[in-house]
Amino acid sequence: MSSTDLGAAAKPAVPSAAGGRGGAAGIPFTTIIVWALLLSAPIWLPLIGGYTALASRVVVMGLVAMALNFLLGFTGQMSFGHAAYFGLGAYGAGLTLRYVANSTGLAMIDGILLGGVLGTILGALICKRRGVYFAMITIAFGQIFYYIAYSWDGLTGGFDGLRGFTRQPIGIGPLVIDIQNNGTLFYYFVLAVFALATGIMALLLRSPFGRTLLAIRENERRARFLGIAVDRHIWLSFSIACFFASTAGALFALLNNFADPTSMHYTLSGIIVIMVVMGGMRTFWGPLIGAAIYVVLQDYISSITVNWMSFIGLLFVLVVMFFPRGLLGMIKARSAQ
Amino acid sequence: MLQLVLFNVTNGLIIGAFFVLMALGVAMILNLSNVINFAHGNFLALGGYLAYMLVPSIGFWGALIVAPLLVAALGFIVERLMVRRVYNRDPVYSLLLTFGLAFIIQDVCRYIWGVSGLPMTIPDSLSQGLSSDLFFITGYRIFMMAIVIVSVTGLFLFLRYTRLGTRIRAGTLDLDTVAALGINVRLLRSLNFAVGIYLAGLAGVLAAGQIGLNPNMGDDLMMPAFIAIIVGGVGSLTGTLLGGLLIGVASALTTVVMPSAQEAVIYVIMAIVLLTRPRGLMGEEGMLT
Amino acid sequence: MVAQFTAGVGRRRLIKGGAALAALQLGAPGIIKARGETPIKLGFIDPITGSLSALAVSEVEGAKYAVAQINKSGGVLGRQLDLLVEDSANDTGTGVQKAHKLIERDQVDAIYGDVNSGIAYAIMGVTAEKKIFHIVPGGHTDPITGKDCKWNTFRICNTTAMDAAAITKTLVQKFGKRFFFITPDYAYGHTLQENFVKNLKALGGEYQGDMLPIAASDFSATLIKAKAYKPNVLLNNMGGLAQINCMKQFTQFGMQKEMALGGALFEIESVLAVPPEAQAGWWDMEWWWDQPGVPHVAEFVKDIKAATGKNYCSARHWFGFVGIHSFKIAAEKAKSLEAIKLVKALENEPLPPEIALQKEKVFYRAGDHQLMAGIFTGEVHPPKGDPANVFSVEQIVQGEEAAGSVASTGCQMAYPS
Repeated sequence: MSSTDLGAAAKPAVPSAAGGRGGAAGIPFTTIIVWALLLSAPIWLPLIGGYTALASRVVVMGLVAMALNFLLGFTGQMSFGHAAYFGLGAYGAGLTLRYVANSTGLAMIDGILLGGVLGTILGALICKRRGVYFAMITIAFGQIFYYIAYSWDGLTGGFDGLRGFTRQPIGIGPLVIDIQNNGTLFYYFVLAVFALATGIMALLLRSPFGRTLLAIRENERRARFLGIAVDRHIWLSFSIACFFASTAGALFALLNNFADPTSMHYTLSGIIVIMVVMGGMRTFWGPLIGAAIYVVLQDYISSITVNWMSFIGLLFVLVVMFFPRGLLGMIKARSAQ
Repeated sequence: MLQLVLFNVTNGLIIGAFFVLMALGVAMILNLSNVINFAHGNFLALGGYLAYMLVPSIGFWGALIVAPLLVAALGFIVERLMVRRVYNRDPVYSLLLTFGLAFIIQDVCRYIWGVSGLPMTIPDSLSQGLSSDLFFITGYRIFMMAIVIVSVTGLFLFLRYTRLGTRIRAGTLDLDTVAALGINVRLLRSLNFAVGIYLAGLAGVLAAGQIGLNPNMGDDLMMPAFIAIIVGGVGSLTGTLLGGLLIGVASALTTVVMPSAQEAVIYVIMAIVLLTRPRGLMGEEGMLT
Repeated sequence: MVAQFTAGVGRRRLIKGGAALAALQLGAPGIIKARGETPIKLGFIDPITGSLSALAVSEVEGAKYAVAQINKSGGVLGRQLDLLVEDSANDTGTGVQKAHKLIERDQVDAIYGDVNSGIAYAIMGVTAEKKIFHIVPGGHTDPITGKDCKWNTFRICNTTAMDAAAITKTLVQKFGKRFFFITPDYAYGHTLQENFVKNLKALGGEYQGDMLPIAASDFSATLIKAKAYKPNVLLNNMGGLAQINCMKQFTQFGMQKEMALGGALFEIESVLAVPPEAQAGWWDMEWWWDQPGVPHVAEFVKDIKAATGKNYCSARHWFGFVGIHSFKIAAEKAKSLEAIKLVKALENEPLPPEIALQKEKVFYRAGDHQLMAGIFTGEVHPPKGDPANVFSVEQIVQGEEAAGSVASTGCQMAYPS
């Protein structure tokens, strides 16, 4: 489990990653709250009108947002096509269950590899661009995958999406965990994967490699003068972000028992970016909070009005104009004063 | 077969002309202000709907002139109120802003004009085919081509020979220097934004006559516009022009041999260009970084 | 109209608020509560935003009308109906999420949806897993009541096989055996064209065709090809806006002078969205509002127009209406809301004339759960008199005749033990 709060690390002046106001055993306060809420979600969520599938969705979207934030918040490069790798993860998992084997574990691995490896290959071309051009190329590449999924009817089910698979119970030795029919168990499965993924991310960010990424974000030219292979680091960061995005995508396919092309469209890429920004793109847990706000708000608003797009659009505009640091970023800035 | 190919090349140029109109607007804003305007397709739809409203009172020809100007004015206001605030911030903010605007405009169109498609009537003089052999060149298509040629020529002349145009071009190359010379960069960017949106509005009126109106009508043109810019080379409007025509013709020609790949082919072209000539056909070295 | 309808949903939802929902959730599962007074909840998922929204809104309007009608006359099994409408936004992930929400949180007794066949499939995955009674009012792809059929799912609109079979004969008789297809390149289009070809070949015809991207907006290249082929009939199988654009370009190119135009579906929502010169061709209507002499139809049309403020009443209104009433019929026959009992009660049960709203016998076939109803074939034309009078019925084809045998659909119904 993650035990690092990298929000503090975002300010290079503060060398300690652990943050000052540690709770028990030096684990930062935010981390404890986040995990307490996540672990107990199936208990308190129904009381306030939620449902378990919603919690699973929040965690999945939170993971893809955190994956993107690895690149966006901690390396300073903006991918606007990350839904593609999320979607590739979903298709990888779905195709495995559909055509290869009834194994949730294998589906996860295939999904992660499909998105991660393709992302890494394309990353080699993308990592030379910067700023808005980086974004443009990522959108264009992302749309290629969207297009393939949408056109390759025979394999992917095309426009209708890939169906005809269901997640399978997991067997650990003699123990069988039925994540297939028990929504709550599946939620904890998602949470376990999430814990592993965010744990690795936190470790990477704490490592010298992570420090180098921060240095590139803060001042690319200086990093270059220091002899850092900037393009190669950005490439690696992009690749890592793709691997985690496709992890989330594979979970998404298991959650829906379905994969479809819209999960690769640049609209979803934009939504992932807003989750990151809304929650706070220079904080570790911010994107998860952004994802929670977005998913819950969208779920709620789209039930009460057909004009939900206006509300979501307005949310984008308001966040950009008035809350550019995001929720967690603002809280941190305030408490730092 | 040769006749079929010729037919389709002509047809592709007509389709490409549309991509060009859309892409030039996106490119102008991108080049000067470093903003990808995701809402461009929605301004296009707005142009179409405004024309639809205006046709009963001032006729098609009046609407063709007035509607794009109204949309441009709206673009100017949007730039002043919102877009300019994000110029000096991380590019992620400008993307999100225009992305949000796209949602809002689309939803507002849906709210006001409804979810169903609406037909727009065009003058009878424009709706006939030229002859039985050249049936696919309707008067309206020729008219669209003419408008596109006139406006693109006009745009290039404007950029080359007027003071404002020269400043926009200079600003594209080096905004800091232009600012240092005492030129009002803020106003320059607003006007440039408005010109870009004007092109979207114009394309919207033309598209409304061709394919009718619906709230999502501009969405399908966003990706071709992007690809026209990338293929042509970021920073070069001539490149964007060529890129748009190229993918238009390629798309039409593909329909002869493999119709279902008519969209795929433009992505293939982009991939080839990016692999063999990363800066695009006419792009300046270094513009892409 | 959309706004009014939204306001309705909004108010109801807001009044109840989270508190009421929380209270419901607090009751431990498994404890059967006295539910006499609580309304029966029905969940309706449809793409109210996105490219299919015009059709979805009509379905929801029809369903809302039926709910109001039923509630006024005492409800179902003495309980009122509560229709919960959710927007799938034409996105599968959202559709699935809404299905989970309706089933897990709102605990609905039936699910309806979706116009988009892909989303309908995905929702079927959820309803089958949760064993919830499910009606697909308007998703056309064949396997829903074919090889992917499910014991808990019924479908109201026709299969593509039915639609193709009904119109092919008319087209061949009237115009000839040489067809050119313009077909969207995805599952729906593929099965539709296959069925046309099957029927055409049986009559000794020949064809050519292009598969195009679903959202294609320029058809000139394909129309050039079509013209060179010189067919008797051009079949426009595209859907929604693509279909409209295709029709417009067809007429702009003056091709209507050289070949007939036709296809499976040209729904009234689409017909009314094209200029008069494109209101043409020979098509199927899955239900038609103008049936002189058939009891209850005129009354239904009048009520729908009054309730929606629209100047037309479409097949989609009827789909939504039939969907809600099917639930009532099943529940009252079964005297239960248990999914398997509802299913058994509805199979082969003829719908009464005030629901069927046509001369034909209307029922859900037990073997594949497909609604068998009349298919109205005829010609689309610009409005004559009434603004919605844009279609003249030539023939009504019996659903069962068009559908073929259950075996031919590939459905093997498996019930839970």
